[in-house]
Amino acid sequence: MSVKKQERRDFIGMAFGAVAAVGGAFALVGMKKSWDPLPSVKAAGFTTVDLSPMQAGEFRQVEWRKKPIFIIKKNADMKPNPARDVVIGEDKYMVAIGLCTHLGCIPSWSPSDMMFKCACHGGEFDASGVNTFGPPPRPLDIPPFKIDGTKLVLGEEGPEYKKLAGIA
Amino acid sequence: MAHITKATSVKDWFDQRIALTKLWNVLAGQYWIPKNINFLWAMGVILTVLFTVLFVTGLLLVMYYKPDANLAFDSVNYTIMQEVEYGWLWRHMHAVAASVIFLIIYIHAFVGIYYGSYKKGREMIWISGMLLFLVFSAEAFSGYMLPWGQMSYWAAQVITQLFGGVPVIGDALVEWIRGDYAVSDPTLTRFFMLHVCLLPIVLIMIIVIHFYTLRVPHVNNLEGEEIDFELEAEKYLSGDTKNSKVIPFWPGFLSKDFMYVSFFMIFFTYLVGFHFGFAMDPINFDPANAAKTPTHIYPEWYFLWQYEILRGFFFDIGPMKAADLGALAMAFAGISLFFMPLYDRSDVVAPAHKRKGFFVWFWLLIIDLIILTVYGKLPPTGFNAWIGFFSSVAYLALLLVVLPVITIMERKGNK
Ligand code: FES
Repeated sequence: MSVKKQERRDFIGMAFGAVAAVGGAFALVGMKKSWDPLPSVKAAGFTTVDLSPMQAGEFRQVEWRKKPIFIIKKNADMKPNPARDVVIGEDKYMVAIGLCTHLGCIPSWSPSDMMFKCACHGGEFDASGVNTFGPPPRPLDIPPFKIDGTKLVLGEEGPEYKKLAGIA
Repeated sequence: MAHITKATSVKDWFDQRIALTKLWNVLAGQYWIPKNINFLWAMGVILTVLFTVLFVTGLLLVMYYKPDANLAFDSVNYTIMQEVEYGWLWRHMHAVAASVIFLIIYIHAFVGIYYGSYKKGREMIWISGMLLFLVFSAEAFSGYMLPWGQMSYWAAQVITQLFGGVPVIGDALVEWIRGDYAVSDPTLTRFFMLHVCLLPIVLIMIIVIHFYTLRVPHVNNLEGEEIDFELEAEKYLSGDTKNSKVIPFWPGFLSKDFMYVSFFMIFFTYLVGFHFGFAMDPINFDPANAAKTPTHIYPEWYFLWQYEILRGFFFDIGPMKAADLGALAMAFAGISLFFMPLYDRSDVVAPAHKRKGFFVWFWLLIIDLIILTVYGKLPPTGFNAWIGFFSSVAYLALLLVVLPVITIMERKGNK
């Protein structure tokens, strides 16, 4: 086969390679996006919780975006934590996503020793949601929220949230 | 085109068109197997049988299973178990086979380690085998989720959360894998796809590759003896079957295998009939509840050792967080055995009882794995946590430090 012909075949090969690479790249993007959460899932919206009926020392669990949210209205026995407490008027609340920061189990609130205990690998968090023992690498995450009177709107980033998250 | 003549028989008709006899000889009739191997070499055929059982029972289950977070639990626990005739049988066979296949995989792999079947030309057999183990793990895990019980749900939650440990993109990756903010319907349907379509195809492909890798270096034997397969095969074909060190796969080897398969299937049927419970977790008979974690989460028995390595590192070491250490150690444990040919620095291929240091090492590894497995099921508190820690460290040390050292000593001693 002459050199010329070989060059022509090389060119066809390279042209094919280019078409395949471009097509493949687009296909990969499409496949990646098919696995993304659906718009209906993303629009799971906001959850509004009225905090006014809560008693001091009460623990409550609500759901937001399929995640459990822990809320505690702190009483005098619970140490305030200015870096994490949500303050509404006189009252301090602990608000956190109730998923252990280790591997995502739901720790349970034990009112007798005022601690969250994660049964999975023995992690513990105090009443402010700060990890005190075991494998969890960081305190419980604080969900984005906004304060609207005595109501807590989960899913929206209000100024109070930005302050706690250190992004204001 | 081949020169086609009038066929003298049905066999001849096929032979002329697709060379049936030739194919048979390549696959079985003249595929040579050493004579000195024992029942431990039958595990491969038992695994093939088990995989077939899983495949067929899986087909029967898929006909009634509903991959929908609202329907899945009842489709398994009511429709298949109560309504479908013999549905209970397929389910129990599927569950027991899924569990027992890991037992046989472990035996198969550790026989390979004991006899040094991973080295000197047999590396690809080992690597493709480990690849199979990895994909089987993914297959088992994705299947475990499908009944959508409490343990299924939380196992999925914990395992997918592990990917959150990936730097920077961790959280986004977890959401992407789940298709939702938490494990839910989209997660179930994609795992369903993986379990019944993508992973089985991949498995079948790797099984074929695994068989093929045996072709060139051939299967090892009880003595680690180097056999000249071509020479021995010639002996056999010339009629000197007695002095030849090899026999054809069929009828020689397979007939013996079939006997072991029969023994095994009797044991298997006994398990399915009378002890299917061990492959079922009681917690999984509660429907999935995203709002409540079971007090104690653990995987099926065959993942316990890896799980314990994940939990083993429960305190921070220097700048490393406990959780990351655990996840790293487990990720490594999952792929650690791939590198057996690299850890073993000696090129002696002999059974462990003929290699003193290696023999001790082998049994230490087995004991350590048993300890990890036992403690993986116990709650990780107090004293247990420390045992978990030390046996996890021991596992890493045995592979990464002890094995290279003793095998280098062995190599030097041999000179
Ligand atoms: S998930 Fe909570 S300690 Fe591991």
